Amino acid sequence: MKFTWFNLMPWPYLPDEFREKHRSVWVDIPNTLYDPRKGHHVYHTYLDQLEYADALGFDGIGCNEHHQNGYGLMPSPNIIAATLTRRTSRAAICVIGNSIAGYNPPIRVAEEFAMLDVMSGGRLVAGFPVGTPMDTNFCYGQIPALTRDKYREAHDMIMKAWASEEPFAFDGKYNQLRWVNCWPKPIQKPHPPIYIPGGGSIETWDFCLDYDYNYSYLSFFGYLRGKSLLDGYWERVAKRGKDESPYRAAFAQIVCVADTDAQAEELYAEHCLYFFNRCLHVFPPFADPPGYRTMATVKYGALSQLTQARQKILENLTWKQLIDERFVIAGSPETVRQQLEECIKGLRIGHLFCLFHNGDMPDWKVRHSSRLFAEQVMPHLRDLWPEWKHDDRWWVHPMDERIRPEERQPGAEKKEREEWPR
Amino acid sequence: MKWQSVDTRKGTHCRVLEGGSGAPLVFFHSAGGLLAENPFLERLAQTHHVFAPEWPGYGESTGEERLEDMLDFALHGWDLIDALALRRPHVVGHSMGGMIAAEMACLAPRDLGKLVLAAPAGVWLDEHPIPDIFALLPFQLAELLFHDPQRGQALMTGGADLSDMEALKDFYLASQRRLAMAGKILFPIPNRRLSKRLYRLSAETLLVWGASDRLIVPAYAARWRALIPHARLETIDGAGHMLPYEQPEAFSKAVSAFLG
Repeated sequence: MKFTWFNLMPWPYLPDEFREKHRSVWVDIPNTLYDPRKGHHVYHTYLDQLEYADALGFDGIGCNEHHQNGYGLMPSPNIIAATLTRRTSRAAICVIGNSIAGYNPPIRVAEEFAMLDVMSGGRLVAGFPVGTPMDTNFCYGQIPALTRDKYREAHDMIMKAWASEEPFAFDGKYNQLRWVNCWPKPIQKPHPPIYIPGGGSIETWDFCLDYDYNYSYLSFFGYLRGKSLLDGYWERVAKRGKDESPYRAAFAQIVCVADTDAQAEELYAEHCLYFFNRCLHVFPPFADPPGYRTMATVKYGALSQLTQARQKILENLTWKQLIDERFVIAGSPETVRQQLEECIKGLRIGHLFCLFHNGDMPDWKVRHSSRLFAEQVMPHLRDLWPEWKHDDRWWVHPMDERIRPEERQPGAEKKEREEWPR
Repeated sequence: MKWQSVDTRKGTHCRVLEGGSGAPLVFFHSAGGLLAENPFLERLAQTHHVFAPEWPGYGESTGEERLEDMLDFALHGWDLIDALALRRPHVVGHSMGGMIAAEMACLAPRDLGKLVLAAPAGVWLDEHPIPDIFALLPFQLAELLFHDPQRGQALMTGGADLSDMEALKDFYLASQRRLAMAGKILFPIPNRRLSKRLYRLSAETLLVWGASDRLIVPAYAARWRALIPHARLETIDGAGHMLPYEQPEAFSKAVSAFLG
């Protein structure tokens, strides 16, 4: 079992009355709510936490891409990841990922991911989301009905750029480049592990299975609600005659650990409620522009975005609901261990993206929760998939002789004359 | 009026509402599609042979995957006219349909009779940003589209009871399908640089605008007149963006009088 410490990087200063005064945390959130001087401290605190997670022994540290978003301060996750390559040397760096339909030209992603893979010594996990409609359509202006087609084309260009040893011409519908020649190229061969974060689009399952990519379901609504979707995925896996390695799938889950269940509520409830009440307050039409989901998916998922019921869920949330419905797995190490085992086995996942920083949680609580998890929970969940122990198809393969940049003092003189590797 | 269907050479299959007799008139509908009742078409059919095709992705018309950009849409308009075997028809376009009609008239200026543009999309003014129709709650749409939103809401849903889950689902699916198609030429900004081609438009042109259009406000009428100097403008009171539906009598009168 692999555990990745993931930070969405929320803005922790959304006002109490945010829900009442503003219609959306995303797309048209007033940027007067952002204070760059505070932002300076926020970024460094969050980056410190990711580096701390590496020190605690998490398998991966993760970031993702969002735009014009009050709960995601990473319009460019590659910048975040680049800083991590210089301060860590062990954990996989999971960029989940770059919304490739919005990059023009997409070769930029092939290049930047290659840079990250080289800088990190082969520790990059490369995520290729279609991108949420908020990000890809409303913030980055891509036409909803053509987004998936453009995404596929971007994917094809990037993968071909990584595989090809000679310059080639790419005559796409959305991108024409006469000379594609990825330079630098990634360390990991044939390419870094590819993760496809998906919501509920059924086409994404087949896409993952066509290429044997990892399917990552990034939900904020916990494993009980995630189950039907992942069941659908595993049915598809079986139907396609693929093996059932749990490492084909990843899931995101909010996790809070304290010494006791009662203490978990005391320490974390307000911050989780901040996340659900303010950070997930999205104007519904931004979530489902016509054409973004295919008709097949709209029919399959029916009216999920439209129903008032779904919106109502978020209106009067209590800690009890968050816990009962497992939106949040919180409690003593034993409680968390039990529930996570149920989550991991129930969903059949080999990768868990753990969200320890939630809403406006202060640094010390994040660290307290993460440390308890690393010391008292993670070791007990390591071997849940003994029969797949040696399956490393969906994990990084770093180079052995890699530099440990975190051990270098910034700007220090070097004692010996270093030569380039021969 | 009655439904018929035609296949274009490109391979789309289109349903067309047809009726009346006289000089041929093709009506291109807006992003919302033809509604359940289209009384202005009935009125126009008293003086003209009216053809009102549904764009692929609308109603029973299919082949939407074959149309991706503005040129595809405009050529599809001409393909339809060919498939219907019409010679120099008058072309009337409403909103998105007006945008396409104007594009068609720029591409093949000698192939149409007269041109009527009813509150056409296709031009953008920074000082009057058009509301984002792809980011609206259902009840907000009627407020933008109609002078009288309450009546408008009933016109749009055709009397369907949207408190019924099944009816709501059908309505939502159809609406998603229509607007997915419209988004190809209207998202994120309904401007595909038509204005740089409008110098080619030579057909006699009438612009019709609803006085209380809140979607494409009447300031756009002035801009269109500047872009098509020979065009005439008529403004209809008591009508918003959906002027053909809100004031069918006044609308069809203005159009018939212009077409002669």
